[in-house]
Amino acid sequence: MAIKVEMPKLSDTMEEGVLAKWNIQEGDTVSAGDVIADVETDKATMEMEVFDSGTILKLLVDEGDTIPLGGLVAVIGEPGEDISGLVSGGASGESSSSEAATEPETADSASESFDPIFGGIGSGNTTDSSDSSDSTQTTSTTDGRVKASPLAKKVASEKGLDLQTLQGSGPNGRVVIADVEKALAGGAPSQAATSSAAPAAQAGTTSTPEPQTSASTQAPAPVSRPSSGSEKVKVSQMRKVIARRLSESKFTNPHFYVSVDVDMANVVAARGQLNQVSPVKISFNDIILKAAALSLKKHPWVNGSWNETEMTIHHDVHIAFAVAVDEGLLTPVITHTDQKSLMEISAESKELAGLAREKKLQPQQMEGSTFTISNLGMFGIDEFTAIINPPNAAILAVGGIRDEAVVKEGAIVPGKRMKLTLSSDHRIVDGAKAAEYLNELKHMLENPLAMML
Amino acid sequence: MAELQFREALRQAIDEEMARDENVFIMGEEVSEYNGAYKVTEGLLETYGFKRVIDTPIAELGFAGIGVGAAMNGLRPIIEFMTFNFAVLAADQIINHASKVKYMLGGQVSVPIVFRGPNASAGQLGATHSVAYESMYAHFPGIKVIHPSEPGDAKGLLKSAIRDNDTVLFMESEQMYGLKGEVNEDPEHLIPIGKAAVKREGSDVTLVTHGKIYHTVVKAAAELAKEGIEAEIVDLRTVKPLDMDTVIASVKKTHRCVVVDEAHPFAGTAAEVGYLLQRDAFDDLDAPVVRVTLPDVSAPFSKPLFDAWFPSVKDVVDGAKQVYYKS
Repeated sequence: MAIKVEMPKLSDTMEEGVLAKWNIQEGDTVSAGDVIADVETDKATMEMEVFDSGTILKLLVDEGDTIPLGGLVAVIGEPGEDISGLVSGGASGESSSSEAATEPETADSASESFDPIFGGIGSGNTTDSSDSSDSTQTTSTTDGRVKASPLAKKVASEKGLDLQTLQGSGPNGRVVIADVEKALAGGAPSQAATSSAAPAAQAGTTSTPEPQTSASTQAPAPVSRPSSGSEKVKVSQMRKVIARRLSESKFTNPHFYVSVDVDMANVVAARGQLNQVSPVKISFNDIILKAAALSLKKHPWVNGSWNETEMTIHHDVHIAFAVAVDEGLLTPVITHTDQKSLMEISAESKELAGLAREKKLQPQQMEGSTFTISNLGMFGIDEFTAIINPPNAAILAVGGIRDEAVVKEGAIVPGKRMKLTLSSDHRIVDGAKAAEYLNELKHMLENPLAMML
Repeated sequence: MAELQFREALRQAIDEEMARDENVFIMGEEVSEYNGAYKVTEGLLETYGFKRVIDTPIAELGFAGIGVGAAMNGLRPIIEFMTFNFAVLAADQIINHASKVKYMLGGQVSVPIVFRGPNASAGQLGATHSVAYESMYAHFPGIKVIHPSEPGDAKGLLKSAIRDNDTVLFMESEQMYGLKGEVNEDPEHLIPIGKAAVKREGSDVTLVTHGKIYHTVVKAAAELAKEGIEAEIVDLRTVKPLDMDTVIASVKKTHRCVVVDEAHPFAGTAAEVGYLLQRDAFDDLDAPVVRVTLPDVSAPFSKPLFDAWFPSVKDVVDGAKQVYYKS
């Protein structure tokens, strides 16, 4: 069997050698240890020995040729042996990897030019490859699970994209970020409508797209799985803010609730008289805002904020009131509510509510509240509890005014009653303080003239 | 700034610190009269004399122990190992004494010592002279491990190591001593231990590396750029403490990470980086973290085998394409 003779490494730093002189000719017989050539290295001219015995079948390089380490220079074997398989492809140009010539290697720039640090380090194979070997595009849902990269999951969730509808291009059908981006760019028709990037803006200042609930906006796209009858609706920026702030409030603030039933007969009568003279129509809500504000001045803890290391008591009263809009709710603020007249409060609340519904509220019009009122009376609600609007210490939930038979001086007479429920943050407002505040407010509403004092 | 060889940068750091603090001395095999096996300590004997530039017998455990004792008594030894492959003999002093004395004595005694020398493979030196020890030592509490890739980092970090009040292992490479690079010549320019450096900015994949193989990664990044993949290179510079903040910030940008580590894969630095990434940047990853390391095989001597064993530019490029889902 034929044996290759390759350029040996004759010094520690040798990368290539010049074949200075052949000591033998083709057809000569050699024994292991014979010096068959002189080789010039970077340091000296060295003797090149053979490690095998046999007949020199072929000399593959000429004197003066430069051969890289491991380059084929000669073939030893039995006379007449077929060596075409060994010498085809030429020897002198082959590098140390000539043994693997059947496996074409990608050109590696590192091995093309000598490098002072690494010399001619070629390509090995030590990359973790457990993941890449199989990139067949089996569907990612065959075992009932959607395989997706964490990033793809996160972005899909943020953009309201259903991963089930995507074909993963990664290993084992994994949905990767490129698939999500493609779908968001319109690659997946069923998702195109919800793909517009969510504008990063304050809640309420941006027109958020309509939830995809109306069937008329587009024909239902075929889905890849049997319909489960549910629908993904994109989370608007406003809903995100609501979700975050109210979860934070409800899960962090120790809420407790106190309620009173308020006799509204005097307010109903007073409002009738006021509206006969007022150029703007005064609503019950305006009166409650004013009364709540004046009561806060007398019970400052309820007008406070909790900040872990300290409590803030706000000397100004800025009341926010909840306004229902299509996608959620907004809480515009009437600043210095206690110092404003009913007419001013009425005008301002109408303007702010209008702006809220038109999505034109500016962020500063929703900032700086010290207390919040939520009124569901106009929706026919008798009473409810509200979640504190951080960083407030309390929120007042206002029910509707009910016509009710009440006992007055031993007789059953028609009465006007309204439930008020105060949610308080127990870290700053204790039960007694909440009760005192609510009784103050009740007293003021039952004696509306007190507001004029 | 000056263009200096790696060995000159190290020498400058040692020289400046010896001039600054008379408690600093250097000790090791051939460091004195022979000017160092790799000429790092050339000329120091003339300047500082035999008392502070000390030749030792070939007895690593002995002179490492002398160094630990000297450090406990107030001196600041720099112990040169001809290679960290020989420091295995001194491992008891490093692991059981230098790293634990302060802990066991309740902080009453510090061991301000630097053990330095070449680490990892340097070509065809065979199985016993080609081992990367940084993750092994980083495993132990109480040891800081520095493994820079460029002369400028080497100088600033070696100065910080000498001034550090605790045990620092400072790792170099035979194949980098001749490497030239920009070096800050201000004697007060220090590079903090435990801070990685973003050496190349890119948006598509993060290549985390340290030590000599950084230069392979630089070449790989150039290859990737030709194919439109912009790699960001994070050179850890210090293996422990590990600056994951820099790594995570980069991965949050690129969403992909390849850790290139000139060490065996099992429980190596790359494994630790990979674990911390999945813990702290899970939702930002678009692909599993890939390691490019040596195989779980000792260094071969034969050139073709060595070339197959040592991670190549192509391996790094392939790793990057793997996390990029592009092949």
